[in-house]
Amino acid sequence: MSSEWPLWEVFIRGQHGLSHRHVGSLHAPDAECALRNARDVYTRRNEGVSIWVVEAAHITASSPSDKGPLFEPSESKVYRHPSFYDIPDDAGAM
Amino acid sequence: MYAQMVKTARVGVKPRDEMTEQERAFQDRVDANEKIEPKDWMPDDYRRTLIRQIGQHAHSEVVGQLPEGNWITRAPTLERKAILLAKVQDEAGRGLYLYSAAETLGVSRDELIELLHQGRMKYSSIFNYPTLTWADVGAIGWLVDGAAIMNQVHLQRTSYGPYARAMVRICKEESFHQRQGYDIMMKMAFGTPEQKAMAQDALNRFWYPSLMMFGPPDQDSVHTAQSMAWKIKVATNDELRQKFVDQTVPQIEYLGLTCPDPDIRLNEETGHYDFTPPDWSEFFAVLKGNGPCNKDRMKARITAWEDGAWVREGMLAHARKKAAATAAAE
Ligand SMILES: [Fe+2]
Ligand SMILES: [Fe+2]
Repeated sequence: MSSEWPLWEVFIRGQHGLSHRHVGSLHAPDAECALRNARDVYTRRNEGVSIWVVEAAHITASSPSDKGPLFEPSESKVYRHPSFYDIPDDAGAM
Repeated sequence: MYAQMVKTARVGVKPRDEMTEQERAFQDRVDANEKIEPKDWMPDDYRRTLIRQIGQHAHSEVVGQLPEGNWITRAPTLERKAILLAKVQDEAGRGLYLYSAAETLGVSRDELIELLHQGRMKYSSIFNYPTLTWADVGAIGWLVDGAAIMNQVHLQRTSYGPYARAMVRICKEESFHQRQGYDIMMKMAFGTPEQKAMAQDALNRFWYPSLMMFGPPDQDSVHTAQSMAWKIKVATNDELRQKFVDQTVPQIEYLGLTCPDPDIRLNEETGHYDFTPPDWSEFFAVLKGNGPCNKDRMKARITAWEDGAWVREGMLAHARKKAAATAAAE
């Protein structure tokens, strides 16, 4: 059996009120160590207030070839944006 | 640089009419400054060259801890010791970011480490020089990290997303490295005559090896053109070396030290310093394994790896046992 530690993806909440953001990855034998290592590697200069670690093997990602079918349909739906509607200034702030 | 003489799989740039349709589409994305991400299609040569380059860069960060680590226990004050420890810890962190970036290309970290230990992958020539005095720690921060910044700032724009993002993190830290080094040099150069002499001696020994960090002259760098077309190299060796010299000479003057190159002078016409190139035969000898510390460095790395094996295996065994116990309890 390979003795290489599994890969974990690291997400950090930079400040209160913000979402966690992917910052990188690391190897660790388990979740507990992954958290500790993430703190040492990714938050040495006050970069975060909270850490998530997820084993990389558990992430399901969309594939680049699906980019068209997944994201193009929304391109034609301009009416989903507020700028699609002309509201006269007389109507007041909206 | 931290990655010197990275071989691309071919000499010269592949002409557009020899490219497949997929290769042309890839080159168009690179030309449009789109980032290439791990799951995107990429030419095999691009992948192989990047693995070599990022791997070499990672190895350099890790081996690069050794010359400075040599002084952690002997730093002159507690504050200097804490600073040096923080700096060396950063270097370990970079090793980690960069191995992770390489792993997104389908190679494992253990494989890369194995290749380094077998002598089949290289690290920067600069880390094969000894750190004889405390002033050397200053000279390394100032010159070696200074040279590294020169290259890494450009690499933030490299075409491969994970590599570019690792560079952004690294650049944020690197300026601390250079400044703490220059701070040591100032203390020494403005100190007693003996301290000043140590600072001068460190500069004398690290000047040419620092110039070598940028790799051989452009005319001898057969791999530059393709790497630049792929934007995994963003500036040429000679451009970066010139920039480094132009930036460093005034810093030497400020310290009241003398550049070990007697022929260095500002060229009024070009606005750049003319300087004596390093002895390239020394560079190639160091790269081949015949520098002053190559054997020590590799021995230290291999020993650390082998001595740590029981810890890595033990922690993994413990994690598996714990996971099995949790699963059984459910
Ligand atoms: Fe470094
Ligand atoms: Fe550094």
